[in-house]
Amino acid sequence: MSNRIIPLLTVLAALFAVWYLAAALMNASLQRDLFANNDNKSYTTGDLINSSLNMERPKLPAPHQIASELYKLVIATPPSSKRGLVFHARITLEETLIGFAIGAALGIGLAVLIVSIPLLEHSLMPWIVASQTVPIIALAPMIVVILNQFDIGGMTPKAAIAAYLSFFPITVGMTKGFRSPDPLQLDLMRTYSATSAQVLTKLRAPASLPFFFASMRIGVAAALVGAVVAEVTKSEDGGLGARLLAGSYYGQTVQIWAALFMAAALSGILVALIDGIGRLTLKRWAFLT
Amino acid sequence: MKAARDLLPPLVFGAAVLLIWEGVVRLAGVPSVILPAPSAIGERFVHSIPTLSADFLQTIRGVLAGYLIGNATGLLVAILIDRSPFLQRGLLPLGNLVSALPIIGVAPIMVMWFGFDWPSKAAVVVVMTFFPMLVNAAAGLRSAGSMERDLMRTYGAGYGQTLRKLRLPSALPFVFNALKINTTLSLIGAIVAEFFGTPTVGMGFRISTEVGHLSIDMVWATIVVAAVTGSLFYAIVALVERRATFWHASYRAK
Amino acid sequence: MATKLNTIEIDDVSLTFPTSDGPVQALSGVSLDIVKGEFVSFIGPSGCGKTTLLRAIADLEAPTSGAIRVNGMSPQEARLKRAYGYVFQAPALYPWRTVASNIALPLEIMGVGKAERRNRVERGLELVNLKGFGAKFPWQLSGGMQQRASIARALSFDPELLLMDEPFGALDEIVRDMLNQQLLQLWDKTGKTVLFVTHSIPEAVFLYTRIVVMSPRPGRIHEVIDCRFPRNRTLDIRETPEFLDVAHRVRLGLRAGHSYDV
Repeated sequence: MSNRIIPLLTVLAALFAVWYLAAALMNASLQRDLFANNDNKSYTTGDLINSSLNMERPKLPAPHQIASELYKLVIATPPSSKRGLVFHARITLEETLIGFAIGAALGIGLAVLIVSIPLLEHSLMPWIVASQTVPIIALAPMIVVILNQFDIGGMTPKAAIAAYLSFFPITVGMTKGFRSPDPLQLDLMRTYSATSAQVLTKLRAPASLPFFFASMRIGVAAALVGAVVAEVTKSEDGGLGARLLAGSYYGQTVQIWAALFMAAALSGILVALIDGIGRLTLKRWAFLT
Repeated sequence: MKAARDLLPPLVFGAAVLLIWEGVVRLAGVPSVILPAPSAIGERFVHSIPTLSADFLQTIRGVLAGYLIGNATGLLVAILIDRSPFLQRGLLPLGNLVSALPIIGVAPIMVMWFGFDWPSKAAVVVVMTFFPMLVNAAAGLRSAGSMERDLMRTYGAGYGQTLRKLRLPSALPFVFNALKINTTLSLIGAIVAEFFGTPTVGMGFRISTEVGHLSIDMVWATIVVAAVTGSLFYAIVALVERRATFWHASYRAK
Repeated sequence: MATKLNTIEIDDVSLTFPTSDGPVQALSGVSLDIVKGEFVSFIGPSGCGKTTLLRAIADLEAPTSGAIRVNGMSPQEARLKRAYGYVFQAPALYPWRTVASNIALPLEIMGVGKAERRNRVERGLELVNLKGFGAKFPWQLSGGMQQRASIARALSFDPELLLMDEPFGALDEIVRDMLNQQLLQLWDKTGKTVLFVTHSIPEAVFLYTRIVVMSPRPGRIHEVIDCRFPRNRTLDIRETPEFLDVAHRVRLGLRAGHSYDV
């Protein structure tokens, strides 16, 4: 265990060091101008470095600035306040989860149809695979507007985009999963003259389990990206994406970074959760058989 | 013959979707702000070729620059950390973690750092493509079989020779896998970064402004360009992949 | 016989692998001298350490105790001097290289010039009856042809010593018979020293000047059978009483070596 953690910690420490160095270097010229504007000519190099690492609107905020911003917005602000990040993270999380649930249900459903109906596989699958090479996220702003025409506002359009982004990778992954049993095992089911529903429940579904968790992992990460990007295009009701946009409008770099870290943490937690459940389930499954 | 038979169902399906789309829009009189008919999108496309191509050129510049730099540095770092299991154990889990994060969020920061023009888009693309290449290339370098490595050992081959003659060639499929994943990622990165600010040109800019003007047919026309660009980009890389393996083998045959 | 002619001297070699279930002794107190020009077959059930012994000679494993000398050098020195060609269980040809360029691979690594490379590859292809197949890719050849190409690769830099680890194990019997015969002719023609690991009794008996019978847990030499058929023997000798007699002795040796772990 320790021979995995020590390298990771070393690399992280190096990353921090580089970050601080970069922050000092990138912000120094800004800070020098600031000193010049204030007619401060007697500053030392120490002053310069110290001030560069604590600017209000730095080019690159130092890690401790982001940490204190996160503390201020996550812990010190009440969760219900619009100024705090918990409020916005909850919006993003809700959109992500609703979208992910819909995307997963549709994706798995379509995968079942694709493996059960050969005609569908031949006509639909190439399009689904091709869709993976297309930047479908470009559709996000339009979905928001179209749903708006039907007076569907609030969370729904953003959840819809999250659903739609997670849908494609889940469909592809689950189709692969349902197709993963080897021909021998399928032949075995044939010798029992099993119905296609039986083949699905007794063979294809259990065999697809590893693919299921891999797809869910990709799907939930995609749903979060969808939710964040959707919030950028429809920023009036908050969310981490809206915070990113607002920060970029007003040059609030510390705010951008804080929102970014929050989104990363959210994604990391969701993925870790799925990984954890996946590992436990797969282990158990292997025990049982 | 077989290719034709494989292509027929998806083509028929695609054509059917377009026909039904056209039919529904016309018969039900769907307003074009909700869903324009394919024919209307086609017409719009033809009339807007100058705008669309200017957008395309603007966006593709950021995509290509970022794609080249991101992949090159990813591959280079993978080779550099190859000799250090310590660095690998430190960097690769990080790389795997990053693949699950919404890296696209760095877009506003890059726009702030590198300005509205294409370099900021390229920077977003660099960040997005670097890690997939790093993780894949590192796995590829480890992929050479133990027997093949033992063989190099029996020749008393050095590290450099083993890398050149065995491990880089056997890493190629992994590298191309990352190159293919990164085609889509780089387009996504550049387009979304354009939502955060551009010099009034570019596919992402076009989509977000035309959505604001409710000219949905123009949005669709831009999406058609983006889709075709994405598929072509991927197809070209896939083609090079096939060629590269062939070139590799035939080059050494002489 | 003067000890100077010994190509390989193995002196009380033991080798232990650490595994998650504790250490496993793969070799225990193995001693053996091999004279230049010999064809030594190593036979034994799986786990008897025959492959490990070959790998230790090739410096692909390090003995825990004891010493191995190859041409009077340590295995590592011998490896760096490219003293031997090694043939694995699988052809291990690089799929991105043609057959000819696979054969040229060790020559490239050793810095042999282009013209000389081409010469030697031609000779190698001829030696293993693959003339005209140089421009093909490995995956375009049958399994037997691939293994022949890998033998040509091992011989391309003309090592005195050929180490072969169950090279025909994955092939069917008909192909194997043919390759055995070709290998014998090659040995007869070139006068190389060959160490040949196998788990097939007829193969071991057909191809040998000495048979080393090994037994497992811990891996050790059970018996060395020293008998000589003429160097230019053919498959027909397998019908002779002498052949059957040696095969019988090997079988007995294997059974005896195996008896106390069942």
